[in-house]
Amino acid sequence: MELTDTTASRIAAEFVRSRVRAGSPAMGMVMTLIIVTPEDDAHEAMEAARRASREHPSRVLGVILGDARGASQVNAQVGSGAGWGGETALIRLKGEVVRHAESVVLPLLLPDSPVAIWWPTAPPADPAADPLGALAKRRITDSTSVTRSRSTAMLTQCQVYAPGNTDLSWTRLTPWRALLAAALDQHPLKVTGASVTAERISPSADLLVAWLANGLKVKVARNNSSGPGITEVTMDTKQGPITISRADGRLASFSSPHRPDRPVALKRREVPELLSEELRRLDEDDIYAATAQRLVRLNKKAGS
Amino acid sequence: MSTAPSTHVNPLRDPQDRRLPRIAGPCGMVLFGVTGDLSRKKVMPAIYDLANRGMLPPGFSLVGFARRDWEDQDFAQIVHDSVKEHARTPFREEVWKQLSEGFRFVSGDFDDDLAFAQLRRTVQELDELRGTGGNMAFYLAIPPAFFGAVVGQLEEHGLADGGEDTWRRVVVEKPFGHDLKSARELNDVLAGVFEQDEIFRIDHYLGKETVQNILAMRFANNMFEPIWNANYVDHVQITMAEDIGIGGRAGYYDGIGAARDVIQNHLLQLMALVAMEEPISFDAESLRAEKQKVLASAELPARLDKTTARGQYASGWQGGEKVIGFRDEEGIKKTSTTETFAAITVNVETRRWSGVPFYLRTGKRLGRRVTEVAVVFKRAPHLPFHATSTEELTQNALVIRVQPDEGMTMRFGSKVPGTAMEIRDVNMDFAYGGSFTEASAEAYERLILDVLLGDPPLFPQHEEVELSWRLLDPVIDHWERKGDPEPYEAGTWGPASADAMLARDGRVWRRP
Repeated sequence: MELTDTTASRIAAEFVRSRVRAGSPAMGMVMTLIIVTPEDDAHEAMEAARRASREHPSRVLGVILGDARGASQVNAQVGSGAGWGGETALIRLKGEVVRHAESVVLPLLLPDSPVAIWWPTAPPADPAADPLGALAKRRITDSTSVTRSRSTAMLTQCQVYAPGNTDLSWTRLTPWRALLAAALDQHPLKVTGASVTAERISPSADLLVAWLANGLKVKVARNNSSGPGITEVTMDTKQGPITISRADGRLASFSSPHRPDRPVALKRREVPELLSEELRRLDEDDIYAATAQRLVRLNKKAGS
Repeated sequence: MSTAPSTHVNPLRDPQDRRLPRIAGPCGMVLFGVTGDLSRKKVMPAIYDLANRGMLPPGFSLVGFARRDWEDQDFAQIVHDSVKEHARTPFREEVWKQLSEGFRFVSGDFDDDLAFAQLRRTVQELDELRGTGGNMAFYLAIPPAFFGAVVGQLEEHGLADGGEDTWRRVVVEKPFGHDLKSARELNDVLAGVFEQDEIFRIDHYLGKETVQNILAMRFANNMFEPIWNANYVDHVQITMAEDIGIGGRAGYYDGIGAARDVIQNHLLQLMALVAMEEPISFDAESLRAEKQKVLASAELPARLDKTTARGQYASGWQGGEKVIGFRDEEGIKKTSTTETFAAITVNVETRRWSGVPFYLRTGKRLGRRVTEVAVVFKRAPHLPFHATSTEELTQNALVIRVQPDEGMTMRFGSKVPGTAMEIRDVNMDFAYGGSFTEASAEAYERLILDVLLGDPPLFPQHEEVELSWRLLDPVIDHWERKGDPEPYEAGTWGPASADAMLARDGRVWRRP
C-alpha cells in the first residue's frame, strides 16, 4: 500500500488495516527493526530483513533519508505477508523532516518490544548519539560494507563503542572463533604466539587480532594476503603450530600438532544470516566490548 | 570437553561469550543398520546438517556396519543419496568433502568376530588418521532383538571402553521393550556393558523446539503457573494424530499397536512435562527427578473398560483419497487385533493435579496430522449474564500446538459485536512465525549433538521407561483379554468408544 505525503499515525493505521486484511489480527512479533539506508541499498537491505524475519518476526521500518532542503514530505510503502514473518514500512523522508526522522519512527515502534537499528552501508560516526540510534537497544553497523573511509571505519566504531553497539564484521567472525576455541579444546596447550592473515582492509581480521590478543594474552601478528576475507590463522604452541587456512572462502584446512590435516567447511556467510544471528540476543555483547577496547588500544600503540 | 584435563581452562572460551556454538569434541560415530529408514531419513541427514552448521569437530568420522559386501565408497554413496534427499540445509560440496573423508564401512554379521575385530581396527585407525581421540558413539539403528548381540560383541572386542580420558556411548531408539518385563531385559543387556550415563535413549519428541518450549512457557513466565493446577484446570487432553496409515511398517507395527508405539514414550513424556513441578535447575538430574515424580504418581482409574478406548481403522476416505483398512494393509493378517487408535485416562495423584484427568489419545488415519496439548479450564464459577447470552461460551483453553503450525492458542469468551450481550468463544493464536520450523534444528540434529557433547537432559532414563510401562501394562493386558478392537472409519476422529469414554465424565474431545 502506497501512502504519499503521509504521517506516522496514518502509517500505523495502515499496519492495523493490512493485518486485518491478512485475516490475522494477532501477530507474534518480537521486535521493531529500523533500517537506515540510502535509496540505492534499500532493496537489498529490505530483502535481508525479510529473510531474517523468518527467525525474528518483526516490524521492519526502512528509513530513507532524502535531501534535507525544501518542504517536508513523508511517503511510505506499507505491507505485510508475502514472505514476511511480520510487517514492513519503507518510509522516504524529504525536506526539513529529514532532521527529525525520529519523530516519524517513534510512534511506529511496537509497544514494549525491543528496538534494533541497522545501518547496512552508511553508519553515523557515533551510533549511540544518533537520534534514531538512541531509540534502539541494539545498534548494528557494518564496517566491512561501508563505502567511505573504509580503512578507518572499524576503528571509528570501536572508539565510540557504547553498550548495545555491534558490527556485522564481528558477527562474521563467529565460525572462526568457534573453530579456534574448539582447537584449544582439542589441544589444551599454552599458546605462545599467533598471527592472522587477511585482505589488507579487513575489519573482521582486525577484530580477530584483538580478540585473540585478549584471550591468549600474546602478541598477535597481522599479515596481508589477497583474500577473500581472512585466509589464515595460526596459534603457536610448544608442540607446534595450530593452523586454520582458508584460501577460497569456503573450505578450510585444519592442521595441528601430531594430528593429520583435516578439511573443515568454513563458509563466508551472507548478510541475512549475519543479521539473524545478530538479532538473536539484544543484550550487551561483553566480549565485543572488550574486543573493541583492545582494538583501540592496539591502534594507539601502533600509532605512537 | 572430555579430552581436556579438568585443570585446563580454554583461554578462548568465556562463559559470557554466548555467540560461540557448542561444537562437539573430537569424536566419531559407528552406525549399525545403515540401510534402514531411520538411518537414511533421519540420522545421516542430521549428521550432514550438523556439519553444515559447523557443529561437528574437524575429523568427525562415521563408520557404517552392515551385512553388505560394500567398500567405503559404496557406503559414502548411500549417505550421499540420503543427504541429497532428506537434509534440511542446502547441499554444499565443501561440507560434503569434510564429512566424506571420514566415512568407513565394515561388512559383517552381528555374530561375526572377524567383522568386529575389523571394526576395532577401523576405530583405532580413525584415532590416528582423523584424530577422533578414542571417543565413539555407537548408534544402534537396528531392531532391539539384536542389541544383545551387538553390545556383547562391542564388549568382547574391547570397543565398549576406549581407555582413559575417552568416552564410549551407545544410542538406542524406541521401542524400549514392549512391556515392563522386556524393557527391563533390554536395559539389563545394555547396562551389562555400558554405564547408565553412557546409554542415550532417543525420544525424538523431546528434541523438538516446541516441546522444550513447554518448559520455557511454564517456568519462565508468571501468568500461567498460578492457574496451572486443579483449582482452575478441568482436564488435559494430549493428542497425537496421524493422517497416514502404517505404510510399509507392517512388520514393526503389527503386534505393537498405537499404545506401545506412541503413548508409552511420546505422550507420557509430554504429560510429564506439562504436569511436573518446577525443577531446581535445568540439568539432567533435576529434570528427570521431576518427570519421574509425575510418572510415579500417575495412576489408572479402576474401571479400564470405561476409561480407555481402542480402535482399528477400517477403509474410508481420508482427505479426499480412498484408503484401505488396517486389515487389508500388506503384511497384516485379516484377524489382526493390533490397535491403531488408543486412548487412556490417567490421574496424576498429586496435590496439584488431584481430580484432573489427563486424557491421552493417539491414532493413525485420523482427521489430520496434529500433535497438541490442550489444557482445558473450569467454567467461571459465576456468570453474571443471562443463560441465553452464554450459550455459545464453552470452557477456556490453552492449547500448545506441537506440530504442525507450532505455537499456542488461547481460547476465551468475548462479546459478539453488535448484539446486546452475547458471548462466544474466540481464539487467540500465537505462531512461531515459521522460525521454529525452518531456521531451527531438526529434533535429530539436536539430539545427536547432545549425544556427542554428552549432554543428557533430553534423554529419558531407564526409570522413566519403567514407570511408563508400569502404567501402561494393565491397559494392554486388559485390551488383550477383550478381543477385537472397535473399527473406525479412516479419516474420522476415532471409534465411538473414545467419545463415550469422555461423555461419561461429561466432557468432549476437542477437534484439534
